[in-house]
Amino acid sequence: MADALLQVEGLHVTARNAEGETVTIVRDVGFALARGEVLALIGESGSGKTTIALSLLGYARPGCRIAGGRIQLGETEILSLSAGELRDIRGRRVAYVAQSAAAAFNPSRRIMDQVVEAAMIHGTASRAEAESEAVELFRALALPEPFRIGARYPHQVSGGQLQRLMAAMALIARPDLVILDEPTTALDVTTQIEVLRAFKNVVRQRGTTAVYVSHDLAVVAQMADRIIVLRDGQMREEGPTPQILDAPAHPYTQSLLAAAAPRPRAPGSLPEAAPPVLRVEGLTAGYGPADAGGMPLIPVLRDVGFEIRRGAALGVIGESGCGKSTLARVVAGLLPMARGSMRLGEEALPPDIARRTPDQLRRVQLVFQSADTALNPSRTVAQILGRPATFFHGARGAERDRRVAHLLELVRLPKGLADRLPGELSGGQKQRVNLARALAAEPELILCDEVTSALDTVVGAAILDLMDELRRELGLATMFISHDLHTVRAVCDEVMVLYAGQRVELGAGSAMAEAPWHPYTDLLVASVPELRPGWLEQTAAPRTPEAPASRRSACAFFPRCPVAIPGICDRDPPPLRALAKGSEILCHREEAELLQMLPSRKEALV
Amino acid sequence: MIRNALLRMVVARLALGLLSLLLVSLAVFAITSLLPGDTAQEQLGQAATPEAVAALRLQLGLDQPGWLRYLHWLGGLVSGDAGRSLVNGQPVAALIGARLPNSLLLAAATAVVSVPLALAIGISAAMWRGTAYDRGVSMLTLSIVSVPEFLVATAAVLVFAVHLRWLSALSYVSSIDSIGQFIRVFAMPVLSLCCVIVAQMVRMTRAALIDQLRAPYVEMAVLKGAGPIRVVWSHALPNAVGPIANAVALSLSYLLGGVIIVETIFNYPGIAKLMVDGVSTRDMPLVQACAMIFCAAYLFLVLAADLCAILSNPRLRHR
Repeated sequence: MADALLQVEGLHVTARNAEGETVTIVRDVGFALARGEVLALIGESGSGKTTIALSLLGYARPGCRIAGGRIQLGETEILSLSAGELRDIRGRRVAYVAQSAAAAFNPSRRIMDQVVEAAMIHGTASRAEAESEAVELFRALALPEPFRIGARYPHQVSGGQLQRLMAAMALIARPDLVILDEPTTALDVTTQIEVLRAFKNVVRQRGTTAVYVSHDLAVVAQMADRIIVLRDGQMREEGPTPQILDAPAHPYTQSLLAAAAPRPRAPGSLPEAAPPVLRVEGLTAGYGPADAGGMPLIPVLRDVGFEIRRGAALGVIGESGCGKSTLARVVAGLLPMARGSMRLGEEALPPDIARRTPDQLRRVQLVFQSADTALNPSRTVAQILGRPATFFHGARGAERDRRVAHLLELVRLPKGLADRLPGELSGGQKQRVNLARALAAEPELILCDEVTSALDTVVGAAILDLMDELRRELGLATMFISHDLHTVRAVCDEVMVLYAGQRVELGAGSAMAEAPWHPYTDLLVASVPELRPGWLEQTAAPRTPEAPASRRSACAFFPRCPVAIPGICDRDPPPLRALAKGSEILCHREEAELLQMLPSRKEALV
Repeated sequence: MIRNALLRMVVARLALGLLSLLLVSLAVFAITSLLPGDTAQEQLGQAATPEAVAALRLQLGLDQPGWLRYLHWLGGLVSGDAGRSLVNGQPVAALIGARLPNSLLLAAATAVVSVPLALAIGISAAMWRGTAYDRGVSMLTLSIVSVPEFLVATAAVLVFAVHLRWLSALSYVSSIDSIGQFIRVFAMPVLSLCCVIVAQMVRMTRAALIDQLRAPYVEMAVLKGAGPIRVVWSHALPNAVGPIANAVALSLSYLLGGVIIVETIFNYPGIAKLMVDGVSTRDMPLVQACAMIFCAAYLFLVLAADLCAILSNPRLRHR
């Protein structure tokens, strides 16, 4: 490419592994980027995409080394620059937007100081000029109160706002090239769509050249002109976005695409009359001291009720802070509920774990989100799985070994892994061990809290398949907590939507594909990115107030609801309404009104 | 509202500090009462008749129940009267008053030298972590921390007083009338004490700073083009103030009560020596008052470090 802004050739990056050997983590990567173009680097964790992105700034993480290749930015050969010259390039000509803005902002400095810092370091503008530029960027990125947000500290704004503020931080010195490293991965779908829209507008207005790093094909489809597919540090396929999405040539790209749109598993072949394993009524729970009526100071869940039948899976979905994880903690007994009742099979389940019988403890098992923190790093797999086998079933010696072998078989892991430490396993293997640890108790109900969210799409899909099989084989009841609508719909017979701790919708998994929905479910459905370019532009911007309503209105969703009725929705609690498709929602609107007022998104979920 | 919340937090900390001090006074009183030996017996010697001992006990108020003596003592402390020495009958306040300024002067001189030195070494070691300099500092501080202070002090006396004859082996505080003399008197005690506390502070400062230098926001600052000095001063240090303040407070708290060896070797008239003398003569009012002073100083320093950490953390300052 003659007019290329960026040209990368034969890039090699090496790293030192735990044994002190040098391994190549990026091998012979080369591409060119024209001015104004957006290029996506896509791949799973360990594919080298972040390493490549960082090397464009001449930066290698501690332990890594850029071993060879050329990176030509305009007239500058980045890899031959001295440390001082590199400092001059970073932030001024190439800027970086990190994955987690919450971690990348310094907690003890004001936002404005950090946003304009690059301009101050490089002297591209005076403080006053930089600040007015920053305010312009805040406005372009649709941030609330653009004149005042800079005076706050990072902990005083939301995650989605921080992510946009970081984009402003990157653009402040008007760099030639912006690198966006998974900038929306840590966000809820409803927030992600706003941030994506803000990014896209700014990139388009300013004609920014960008490298967009992501594992999410649907997100990349909205942002990128061209896509490079990476695996194990090597380029597998490169092409314009529509070509990669519609006619992927490489089998790995095809598998990524297949995993990106999980197909619903075969619907549960369970008899409708299967007895409920868990029945929850009027569950209210929260943190802080309880008042006279037993209401906690900070209520997280309000009046939630549901049941899970033997062999069935209940999906729980909602954005961060809606109370999903708290629900798992309450059912597990870690956080005793303030009000309500729980029944496990025929018997009442005490709210406090300390008052549950050993048998009740055995019957309800929790699978933690992150296997990395849930598995003791200094215990072998056999010890991790053997401990609950001994605790709950008194298994020792040969019986214990037999149980461990059986558990590994259940989660489709080779027996040879029994003597390994968690650190020696891959992410997917660790999550399987984590699952096996819960299964060791031979529970009736497992509570899975975001068990696939830390995994790559393909690995996560395999875990979901496994859970589906186990459910059928063992007749396990599952509560499956996730923020990902696709995942929940794919594995669950029933789906419960939580918003601000209230159950706004409960219905069969199949009913989730049919309008009408509760207005919040509708927003969730509409926010899941689709695997086609142009989806972002076609999707109407949701009405989202940035500042949460100061006073609690009767319907928690009122401030964000596109079909709210002022004077009713903010005054009276919404009634429970049964829909024709078999779901129940909490809403003042009639079914016909919802159908008419919320545009049909039926195609969204096919 | 925000100011109020902060104020409430600070006041709560202070109240908690006072409560700790009250509990400490209870503990001090209880423990000193448990010490073996009887003051009256100790003073009158083995040959005293039981009648004489009983009369002295009555005179000293030792026949009253413990809780009453505690309340008397506490009331006295609050009003600034720590009682009279059982040994020579002088007011404890006067005994301590004669020594405390000396101790504070030594502590202040040591703090003025050691804190900037330790921070400079700790910060520079963190900035150049992994280099020969860092390894050298690490090794040196480890070796110094493991050398007992009496050895450092004795070696200092041997070298500077006996061989080189630059300094006097004993510290006569009363003879100071110029800066030069001040330095001559304080050089060796301060040097010995610095050896003990600088090493600790260096290691903890370095660890706290390195912890912050590994944070993602530091990588972000590097990627914005910030140089090493900006990265440390405007990004990492503000977040390390809390742990560093705590390390400094812990080290400095040693300077009042823990300096007995140094005071003894240099014959320095400080308060630690006074307390040890009090213990050996069963002079309980003196021991109790000294213990209270050490505990109060410790609490004050830790409290100051806590307030430093609160005020340097915007998440606590602006909620």
